[in-house]
Amino acid sequence: MWIYEKKLQYPVRVSKCDPRMARFLIEQYGGADGELSAALRYLNQRYSLPDKVIGLLTDIGTEEFAHLEMIATMVYKLTKDATPEQLEEAGLGPHYVNHDRALFYENAAGVPWTASYIQAKGDPIADLYEDIAAEEKARATYQWLIDMTDDVDLQDSLKFLREREIVHSLRFKEAVEILKEEQGKKKFF
Amino acid sequence: MLLHHTPYKTYEPFIGPFDPCPPIKVKAYSTPPNLYIQFQPPGWEQFSPAEALKRGTLWPALYSPYDPKYMLNPGGMGGKEGKR
Amino acid sequence: MTKKPDEKYYKLLQELQELDFVLVELTLYLDTHPNDLEAIKQFNQFAQKRQQKARAFELEYGPLLQFGHSFSRYPWEWKEAPWPWQV
Repeated sequence: MWIYEKKLQYPVRVSKCDPRMARFLIEQYGGADGELSAALRYLNQRYSLPDKVIGLLTDIGTEEFAHLEMIATMVYKLTKDATPEQLEEAGLGPHYVNHDRALFYENAAGVPWTASYIQAKGDPIADLYEDIAAEEKARATYQWLIDMTDDVDLQDSLKFLREREIVHSLRFKEAVEILKEEQGKKKFF
Repeated sequence: MLLHHTPYKTYEPFIGPFDPCPPIKVKAYSTPPNLYIQFQPPGWEQFSPAEALKRGTLWPALYSPYDPKYMLNPGGMGGKEGKR
Repeated sequence: MTKKPDEKYYKLLQELQELDFVLVELTLYLDTHPNDLEAIKQFNQFAQKRQQKARAFELEYGPLLQFGHSFSRYPWEWKEAPWPWQV
């Protein structure tokens, strides 16, 4: 089971009303390499992985939900008091018509989230390599998001999330090392 | 401990004679520390808890800077390899 | 009735986020390094510190966890704003 904790993993501040940036950030909310995809990918794959790495998938998957909440917080703050005119200027007119200011699991282009973004092959190496690739793609997305804003507070939170992708990627790589290990060999390099 | 690795690498894209936009002469990409580590050894030096949260990792050796100013104009800041 | 966010709220919250972040990092590390005794000692030490910090926060600003992992005063405190994305 899961327990909700009433706090963010990292403080999220944004320093200006910028619905345009909210529209871009939605990519990490409901996009292919976003945080929802990440959480669901790992928490689904874990049922058919060797016991040795289930703990890691469980914990990273859980952390991804904390990141999803951070992205939601950014989008919420960036759009909370924006007028319909401001939303339209930001390219969020179609979003407003369908959802008002509600969040929706869609990518930056408005395409709804789909399970086909995530894979579960049942082969531990294939699944972990997908996970490593997903972390690198998410890292790249955070870079392009950082490039798109000059709000240093928002950049700060995005840099935190980018760094988490790097740590997760290394842990998945270590999981591969654990699974491919021959008995009695040392694994530090 | 780790060897020092530069956080960015660069390349020079081919410039065609009929490219309509002003050419980007040098492009950069990020090469974070996880690329150079297969399995983290025990006992690495750590950040303080406050610094760790700020950086997004407990270990300085896993910290990867990202500077959009450099990434968007690597040619303008000198050298083929990124500076920290 | 719990207090609304003030300067101390942000300070305590930040301190808790710092302790919890060390615990997240150590958790993922230990998932792939289960025999690192020093890291386990540090993990247990921080787990104790975070319990104390979380208790101090909850006394002033209300429960952090639900389903019985935090206590409640009267009236039921859990449903009170602010929620994490509002602060």
